[in-house]
Amino acid sequence: MSSLMELQLLLLFMVFAAVVAVEIEDLLSSVIAVGAVGLGLSLAFLILKAPDLAITQLVVEILCLIILIRATIHRDLTLVKDGRWFFNTASTLLFIASLLIFAYFALRELPRFGEPMMRVAKEYVGRGLEKTGATNMVASVILDFRAYDTLGEATILFTAVMGVLAVIRKVGRIKNEKS
Amino acid sequence: MRNPEKGMTLIVKTITRLTVGLILLYGIYIVLHGHVSPGGGFAGGVIMALSFIHLMLAFGKEVALKKLSQAAASILESLGALMFLAIALLGFLGGYFFFNFFLNKGKPFELFSAGIIPLCNVAICLKVGAGLFAIFAVLVLFKGSDEK
Repeated sequence: MSSLMELQLLLLFMVFAAVVAVEIEDLLSSVIAVGAVGLGLSLAFLILKAPDLAITQLVVEILCLIILIRATIHRDLTLVKDGRWFFNTASTLLFIASLLIFAYFALRELPRFGEPMMRVAKEYVGRGLEKTGATNMVASVILDFRAYDTLGEATILFTAVMGVLAVIRKVGRIKNEKS
Repeated sequence: MRNPEKGMTLIVKTITRLTVGLILLYGIYIVLHGHVSPGGGFAGGVIMALSFIHLMLAFGKEVALKKLSQAAASILESLGALMFLAIALLGFLGGYFFFNFFLNKGKPFELFSAGIIPLCNVAICLKVGAGLFAIFAVLVLFKGSDEK
């Protein structure tokens, strides 16, 4: 049960870092706190014995951190300080309360932590090696049994990259009149 | 890499010159062994993109874009997507979409095993790595044109 306690400590750290990331004034410090959350998530995957996810999470976190730092380090974004604080607080509390109420009913129906339902996964884990020949079970699931889902995910990333390249491009853009 | 004004200081440049090849090699290792050990196309592709981003951060954008221009990154990304789709369509040789059409799957724990899975890993790595590098390059270029 010690690994479960490590996991809970890590979750506490992640919640703390997320609160810091939201509340802190400096944008760069906020980005660093977001990176700390990602690192904690990567360690949590490692504790739960999912090294594939840990590697991917760590690497993607580094990439996002670099992009965020380069995007924020020279910008002064104005933060909205004053506003309808009573309405904002009341609506936030309302939504948190409704989330907790629905989560209380929904989460009771889930299987307990560490005791998953192995209906389809039993087949994958038991016969994945002889069916695909891949010793990495994750690869055999995402690229053989469930390759159709991976195709969808690849299409989403492709579309996202095409969208970014189309929006922030130099060619064919109307020149500014000053320059 | 001769221009001393562009990019970061000499210390960063020297360290980068030593490490960037190792990072690229590690990405290739992660991709090619995706079906044997943890890793896979997505993580390896991002590591390879990070090696080029490392180059761009240390030496300035001209050096990195000379190694892999933005148009080349777009072409590589589209090539990866087409390759993945082609592997999927080749499954109709055996009957259905994404059929693992190598009948001899090879011995487990070897590099050449598991049929189409390493090929899919290579395709995904091309797509993800080139795509993320293109996004980063286009953001850097856009910021440069914005400030002038």
